[in-house]
Amino acid sequence: MKYPLPSLLALGAVLSLSSCADSLVRVKPYDRGNLARHIMADSLDPLQTAMTEHAYFSREAGFGGGGVGGGGCGCN
Amino acid sequence: MKQILSLLLVLAGATPVLTAADSLKAGQALPKLAPLLAGAKLPDTSGKVVLVDFWASWCVPCKASFPALNKLQAEQAAKGLVIIAIGVDDDAADFKKFAAAMQAKFLLVHDAAHQAVGAFNPPTMPTSYLVDRKGVIRYVHSGFKGAKTEKEYTAEIETLLGEAR
Repeated sequence: MKYPLPSLLALGAVLSLSSCADSLVRVKPYDRGNLARHIMADSLDPLQTAMTEHAYFSREAGFGGGGVGGGGCGCN
Repeated sequence: MKQILSLLLVLAGATPVLTAADSLKAGQALPKLAPLLAGAKLPDTSGKVVLVDFWASWCVPCKASFPALNKLQAEQAAKGLVIIAIGVDDDAADFKKFAAAMQAKFLLVHDAAHQAVGAFNPPTMPTSYLVDRKGVIRYVHSGFKGAKTEKEYTAEIETLLGEAR
């Protein structure tokens, strides 16, 4: 039985990379010092975030604003 | 051709074994700490109940656990408990600042090279390992859940202290 070389190589690559994935992607719990820094937070300034959200909510109300339901009624 | 395929298969099989170190579990022996924490002055723990705690200055529950550990040290150290709290901060300054702020009454060791924490491979921060008088890990605490964990510590340590050497 003869398999074409590219498909065998592809199979090999998939097998070897899939076994790598777990250890490559995961950051160990004790290595999360940099991720825990304040600068890494998605919202650094609560006031700024609140104002941006308010502006977004007002302007995009017809689209549902910041939430999912109740778009366009103008009752807020 | 066949060699390439077999090599790839071997690599695929070997990679998880080579990279995924399991975390230490209850029932396993406590690894020798001295070679893992080069330069640290470690107390003699033979015949003692040992609490090995991994913490970091950036870990909020770790901060919450320090008063509880201080209390355990005050109440149980005389009976034969040794607390070794291993800080895993990358920066020595962070380690020192946190240590000074927490006023720990027990031994703090800095594992800057992550050798000890790599060997234990704790699943969360903080994680603590309670070791009996024979050097076997008996309980593993993943995380610190306030009074609940404190209660568990006290009960477990009392059990372990009551056991024969």
